[in-house]
Amino acid sequence: MSYVFSQAVNALQLGSIYALVALGYSMVYGIILLLNFAHGDIIMVGAYVTYYAMTSFHLHPLVSVVLAVAMCTLLGVVIEKVAYTPLRSAPRLSLLITAIGISFLLENGAQLLFGTDTKSMVQDPLIPGTLTIGDVSITYAALITILVSIVSMVVLTILVQRTKLGKAMRAVSEDMGAAQLMGISLNRTISFTFAVGSALAGIGSVLHVASYFQASPMMGSMLGLKAFVAAVLGGIGSIPGAMIGGFAIGIVETLVTAAGLSTWKDGVVFAILIVVLLLKPTGILGKKITEKV
Amino acid sequence: MKKFLALLLAVAMTLALVACGGNSANNSNSGDADSTGSEGGDTIKIALIANTTGDYAQYGIPVRNGAMLYIDELNANGGINGKQVEVLEYDDKGDGVEAVNAFNLAMDQGITAVIGSVLTSPTITLADATYEVNMPQISASATAQGVTQIDPEDESAGIRTNVFRSCFIDPFQGQTMAHYASEKLGATTAAILYESGSDYSEGCMNGFVEACGELGIEIVATEAFATGDKDFNAQMTKIAAANPDVVFMPFYYSEAGLAITQGRQAGLTATILGADGFGGIKDYASAEDLEGTVYGSGYAPGTESVAQFEADYEETYGEAVPNMFAPLAYDAAMLMCEALKAAEDQGLTAGSDEYKQAVIDTIASMSGVEGITGTYTFDEYNNPEKSVAMIQLQGGEEVFTEFYSFN
Repeated sequence: MSYVFSQAVNALQLGSIYALVALGYSMVYGIILLLNFAHGDIIMVGAYVTYYAMTSFHLHPLVSVVLAVAMCTLLGVVIEKVAYTPLRSAPRLSLLITAIGISFLLENGAQLLFGTDTKSMVQDPLIPGTLTIGDVSITYAALITILVSIVSMVVLTILVQRTKLGKAMRAVSEDMGAAQLMGISLNRTISFTFAVGSALAGIGSVLHVASYFQASPMMGSMLGLKAFVAAVLGGIGSIPGAMIGGFAIGIVETLVTAAGLSTWKDGVVFAILIVVLLLKPTGILGKKITEKV
Repeated sequence: MKKFLALLLAVAMTLALVACGGNSANNSNSGDADSTGSEGGDTIKIALIANTTGDYAQYGIPVRNGAMLYIDELNANGGINGKQVEVLEYDDKGDGVEAVNAFNLAMDQGITAVIGSVLTSPTITLADATYEVNMPQISASATAQGVTQIDPEDESAGIRTNVFRSCFIDPFQGQTMAHYASEKLGATTAAILYESGSDYSEGCMNGFVEACGELGIEIVATEAFATGDKDFNAQMTKIAAANPDVVFMPFYYSEAGLAITQGRQAGLTATILGADGFGGIKDYASAEDLEGTVYGSGYAPGTESVAQFEADYEETYGEAVPNMFAPLAYDAAMLMCEALKAAEDQGLTAGSDEYKQAVIDTIASMSGVEGITGTYTFDEYNNPEKSVAMIQLQGGEEVFTEFYSFN
């Protein structure tokens, strides 16, 4: 019983982080049809900010967390302004290649700035301790990861569905030209989308550091890829889809491992990507887009 | 398709030309530089091939420095039976073609032995060349089975009888840890977490599994992860549920730190065993979680047998011993020079076939030769059966406990 419970917690903990990262992918894709491959690396930057804030500057954990999320948000907007805005009317392939370039820039820049070794903050963890009830135990880090992700998703849903800016986002994603004609500022809306997506990545990075207490230059690449699979599985462009996809990938990975097939874990995840793209490219909740001639 | 092939061939040819045109030897003659009145210029020439530039130079430079430290000391003390050892140094940049070019140049100079190379793949390429002419060769660092075995998959292919190494091979590390677990920890059940797709991790694991079979240790769980993974919760929960006596983790310290922490959170109480990739793990998990963890290492920093070496190294090169490759290279040079001495004692002509054979036979028959990193005996595959330095985590520190060797 406690085994099943522990594995369920593991699945949810992993799934929440995937879901948070997948949301950023999906939102950006939804609005400018760009697969922002630099998104995973924003997590890496957030992890380093948390690490240095805590260990070098000895800031309060809460201050470090706020700083990390703020830095990620800022970085997301700066990347959008510097790298993507000038290419808005360029072919989508150019945008995609630029995104990959930014990803390399961040990864190699981090190696140059912070060194290639893994930074560990295990001696001074962000969220220490374990909660034990009866014969089941759960780390506070896992508990907070799951709770914070759920709260973030609720807030995001309200933001998109109930606010003016959210309405603008949905409008731009539906028809950029028409939205502009209705007086919606494209630049502001797109920047806002990047800011929200990157803030979620920032929250993801803090939770990642809380659970895995390490920062390394390449940590964002695999995480980003898995989150991308999650976004595709849920239906890229769809916010609830990204949440479902993220949790689904977390659950699948844990199930595969629990079944004794841990060697096949990544294989299964990427097989899902192939199967989804072959059978239902729009994903679980994606809308079918009919190309008009 | 044809066009593509033609293009590919053209690229390959251009690359080959570039590789040939590059300056392939950084030939310094430190034997002469140090020669303190050797008798009539009678020297024994050997080649030292290491990648002292390029990627992975952090392995090649300590190898070069460690080997030269031994030979300079030897020459200062009168060399081998009064003859100075003259070292022809070459930089192979981690490339097999360069290594063979260097070897051919050295052959023209009349060498009698080769120390090198450093990385596994150029060492194998070089070994093919030295095997053809039966030239004695020793590497300080190439851990793959294929260095001494012509085909690791097929034992009947035979071994390169002339090639040796001073480091231990990956499966041997796994075997040692299994024997240690059985003999010293009384383990009867074990679990394994390994990095799939890593030669190092899988090599260690295979050795461990094989030895466990012989020792009657039951393997209750074998879990894998992919390179780059940070989340081992599912694997460790599974391993914790199997409740083994020991868990073997043949991978590097940063992942190992995470896996141990996550395992303890999942309620794992087993003793953790690691291989030499654990060096430096103390900063990557808490002292409580690590307590009792044991790993086998190529050398034991700060112990009696290496203290003199460490002091000399720092004095000569102005930096502390960076990793285990420097002391292993010191031992490689020592083993080769011991064998050269044996050939000299027999009064053979340096460079002759009998001389080379005598050097090879001497190393192959070595038994219990003391090095600074352990005691050397060579097995039928020319791999050293040497004692492993066991390092235990005590109160958050990595403490050397003993030299351990099974059988």
